[in-house]
Amino acid sequence: MFPPQFDYERPDSLDAALDALADEDAVPLAGGHDLVPMLKARERTPGTVVDLGGLAALRGVERVVADGTERLSIGALTTDAALLDADPAGVDALLDATSEVGDAQIRNRGTVGGNLAAAHPASDIPAATLAAGATLHLVGPDGDRTVPAGEFATGDHETVCTDDELVTRVSVPLDPDAGGAYARKTHPSTGYAAVGVAARLRVVDGAVADPRVAAVGLLDVPTRLPAVEGALVGVDAGSPVDAVAGAAERATEGIDGAVREDHVVSAGQRCAVLPEYTERAVSAALARAVGREGVVA
Amino acid sequence: MSGEESVIEAEGAVPTTADEGAAAGGESVGDSPLRREDARALRGETTYTDDFGQEAAALAFVRSPHAHAEVAGIDTEAAEAIDGVVAVYTWGDLAESDAPMRLPVRTGPLDCEVPGHPVLAADRVRYDGQPVAAVVAKDRYVAADGVEAVEVEYDPLPVETDPEAAASEDAPTLFEDAPDNVAAVGELGDREATDRAFAAAEEVVSVELENNRLIPSALEPRAALAEHDRTEGFTVTMTSQSPHGHRRKLSHTLGVPERQIRVISPDVGGGFGHKGHHHPGEAMAAWAARELGESVKWTATRSANYREGAHGRDHRTTAELALDADGRFRGLRVDTHAGIGGYALGGGGAMPGWYGRLLASQYEIPAIYCRSRCVFTTTAPVHSYRGAGRPEAIYVTERLVDVAAEELGADPVELRRRNFLDPDGFPHETAVGATYDSGNYEPTLESAVDAVSGLPRGGERDDDGRLRGVGIASYVESTGGGFESGVVRVHPDGGVTVSAGTHDHGQGHGTIYAQIVADEHPVAPEEIEVVEGDTDKIPTGTGTFGSRSTVVGGNAVAESAQEVFGKAREIAAHELDADPGAVETTDSGFRVADGAGEGSDAGDQRVSFAEVADRAYGRGLPEGLSPGLEATTFYELDNTAYTFGTHAVAVAVDPETGEYEVERYVAVDDCGVRVNPRIVEGQVHGGVAQGLGQARSERATYGADGALAASTMLDYALPRASDLPDIETRAQETPSPDNELGVKGIGEGGTVAAPPALVNAVVDAVPGVDHLDMPVTAERVRTAIED
Ligand SMILES: Cc1cc2nc3c(=O)[nH]c(=O)nc-3n(C[C@H](O)[C@H](O)[C@H](O)COP(=O)(O)OP(=O)(O)OC[C@H]3O[C@@H](n4cnc5c(N)ncnc54)[C@H](O)[C@@H]3O)c2cc1C
Repeated sequence: MFPPQFDYERPDSLDAALDALADEDAVPLAGGHDLVPMLKARERTPGTVVDLGGLAALRGVERVVADGTERLSIGALTTDAALLDADPAGVDALLDATSEVGDAQIRNRGTVGGNLAAAHPASDIPAATLAAGATLHLVGPDGDRTVPAGEFATGDHETVCTDDELVTRVSVPLDPDAGGAYARKTHPSTGYAAVGVAARLRVVDGAVADPRVAAVGLLDVPTRLPAVEGALVGVDAGSPVDAVAGAAERATEGIDGAVREDHVVSAGQRCAVLPEYTERAVSAALARAVGREGVVA
Repeated sequence: MSGEESVIEAEGAVPTTADEGAAAGGESVGDSPLRREDARALRGETTYTDDFGQEAAALAFVRSPHAHAEVAGIDTEAAEAIDGVVAVYTWGDLAESDAPMRLPVRTGPLDCEVPGHPVLAADRVRYDGQPVAAVVAKDRYVAADGVEAVEVEYDPLPVETDPEAAASEDAPTLFEDAPDNVAAVGELGDREATDRAFAAAEEVVSVELENNRLIPSALEPRAALAEHDRTEGFTVTMTSQSPHGHRRKLSHTLGVPERQIRVISPDVGGGFGHKGHHHPGEAMAAWAARELGESVKWTATRSANYREGAHGRDHRTTAELALDADGRFRGLRVDTHAGIGGYALGGGGAMPGWYGRLLASQYEIPAIYCRSRCVFTTTAPVHSYRGAGRPEAIYVTERLVDVAAEELGADPVELRRRNFLDPDGFPHETAVGATYDSGNYEPTLESAVDAVSGLPRGGERDDDGRLRGVGIASYVESTGGGFESGVVRVHPDGGVTVSAGTHDHGQGHGTIYAQIVADEHPVAPEEIEVVEGDTDKIPTGTGTFGSRSTVVGGNAVAESAQEVFGKAREIAAHELDADPGAVETTDSGFRVADGAGEGSDAGDQRVSFAEVADRAYGRGLPEGLSPGLEATTFYELDNTAYTFGTHAVAVAVDPETGEYEVERYVAVDDCGVRVNPRIVEGQVHGGVAQGLGQARSERATYGADGALAASTMLDYALPRASDLPDIETRAQETPSPDNELGVKGIGEGGTVAAPPALVNAVVDAVPGVDHLDMPVTAERVRTAIED
């Protein structure tokens, strides 16, 4: 619970931060709620901790239009609480998921970028960014690049972001017609998601269209639920109950990877509750989408 | 106080409502003034052990990652070379000193000769997390560096963490003198009479169950700050529920007389039993402080606190109930393996004397036989944890009664009612030798049952598709064992200081002792100072555990108060020139009762309590009275006081996921006279929260390798506030006839009643299932439904 000695730097520009991170032994610090517990447990022993807190430019939420589509651009250092306060329209699932993160104290410090970059397999926000088809923007010594949400995490606490790169922002496509939601079963000991499901869909001509459903807590990385998505297409939004339940029943079909397990919640139990939380997320997303159908027809 | 029961209302228990504010003088027992402790705690003004000794050297342990291993070698060189490391100690250093440095084995009969727990492992480790070496450094960061640098070579041995398996043939042996790992076998009751009852029985039902191992999770982990002075001896500031108990244990471990040890227990953030137990930290800190001539502080991290124990429960039990054709209980036979961990340390929980004695619960059961085996396992030591034996016992009986009701097709309420002890039959001695002081069970049962009457149950499906179940559990709990000291000291200016050998760490002693001392006496509760937690300031006492403080501590201070205020009255009578019998108490002093004194203005003849105090230490005392105004009482009951009640739970189970919700929780408790009803309510809430934690989610799971899988709060499923239902409380007051205050303890009732009530409710909801082990997780419910 007491980390070994490390150096601490607090750069005030992105360039200075990248310089500091060029040092092989350096790690970035955002809200610290994933990193600091690991430092205390000596699971990570960096030479330098580079506090990103001085990078004001990486904080904030704004609407941008890129390539003809409207997107919400969220600075990596935006805290969960700040995102919730901004209360942007069109990202229901993301707001739902963010409001489930830990508790008020954690949301006051934890950042959206840190939540994604930590790549904790049970973090809530990555489910919503995957369901929304978001894009992460990274910057490193060799310049900028973008990574689709579904390709960012590669394992438990592993991502494509290299040690000398930073996530600067995440951009979420906005579709005023869509409805989204997030539902989770809280793990009895960790307080994270045992499983969490984000859904985002549209209603076109009275039927479900473009459903995207993603789960966290289930595998080491966030995963789409392909069978659910397939079964939802064309479901009659007027009387969806049985069809949604039927689709949700197929939640574990076609997912790729070993289901997570620990001594408190088994893999079998995660699979058993997944349909229930899938159904909750999809039904709530659908209810929201129904309210919006044709708003921007 | 008379022994007659006084149910609050003729119909039985009534919902608890805490009255606001203290009475203006006069009577204060029965009021619910706000707890004086809370404002400080809420404002963060409390000072815990770790807040003291900021300059002290830091002690940290190298802990075994193996549950069972020979320690083949320890290399401390690299650690000693670290700048800021003051010293690194191993067993060899301790063995060379004149201190025994083994934590004493448990009191109570053992069938084997085993060594005490060495403060640092001597040659073998017997549980994951056992201290192997100690590092003292300038601060806790450097100490952690030192711990990491110590290299220990282990030769791992086979492990066994389950008590039943550990007592079997092929299990690894922990101690030579206990080849089968059985430390002690305890028998209670009459075996032959019980066998006869079973032979003659119409019906026999049985259940096999686990009482899950738990980890006490007080908010503040254990800590100790030790100082040593050649003339004064040791001063150990520590997280203790039992300062005098710890002084005694430290005296044993350090090999110095008790008078050379002062234990101070400042604000303590929760105890629940494990802070009454002797751990390596305080002994090692004291030893090192003497060795180094400087202050040494040890503060456990959460996971160290978890891995070192002491844990609670860990029983495996087979139990059978014999009934006659009328559904009357004729016999109860219980066989238990109780895990005690890698050393014979803990008290309470496992010992037959605590456990088996409660097995009769509220029932007339003519023949009972209980055999319990205390079994060594390669796990952290087990000790008394809130409830200490009573939750284990009542869980057995209350599960069995529901199993019997199910098998006989009887109503569980009616089956209980039929077997209740007769309210006119107290005191009652049970077949396992407990003597219940007083009781009136049916009204508490009726009140609980009434609260849940009309709710769907028995697996009924509601519109929402969930299965409904209702469960009840009736219980007794033994409270107030051992002696306690209580002092009332009046200062010359009339100020009053009360002290007791108990220790408050959340219970509200300051509030209730002041209420007790002020009751019918000429001082207000708010003006009374209450002091606990310092062996140099307080006569030898026992401490706080086992729902005992109000019972024995409360009566000790009450008796001292009687003595002090009796003497004050005599002094007042002398001052007022009246007969002591004609003097009555006012809010702040004494006066001559109307019509008793000379002339019509007798009521105006007054003397303040401050004046009386001044006289007590000055000249002009009445003949025959010696100076001084204080009294010390060492109070002990011949018998403990038996709290009882019935809790009722209603649940809704989702058959697809196994998840369930507690829709209603009603606790009806009778702890005799309630000194402060609000505090009683708080104790019930806390106990129920812990009981539901055991029933629904907590389990100190060890992995196949013997490592504690539940070694952090991320891995141990402690309930959070949002996991808890609303808890409705109702109270009945059947005074104990055996103590002046008529009180019984209520600190643990919730932990006793909640587990069987919850399990009974879920079992009721799930058709075709006759038992579910705790913790009743969603997975267990789901798989039970699927099977
Ligand atoms: C008690 C508790 C409960 C919690 N409960 C939940 C929960 O229910 N759901 C949930 O989702 N989360 C939960 N969390 C995690 C919390 O949300 C974390 O704060 C979050 O996951 C990490 O964000 P952070 O800003 O704190 O990042 P940090 O801890 O500072 O960083 C996390 C990791 O990402 C790296 N990093 C940070 N920012 C960047 C960046 N911009 N670019 C590249 N790398 C970066 C760091 O180097 C580090 O490796 C909980 C945490 C705690 C302590």
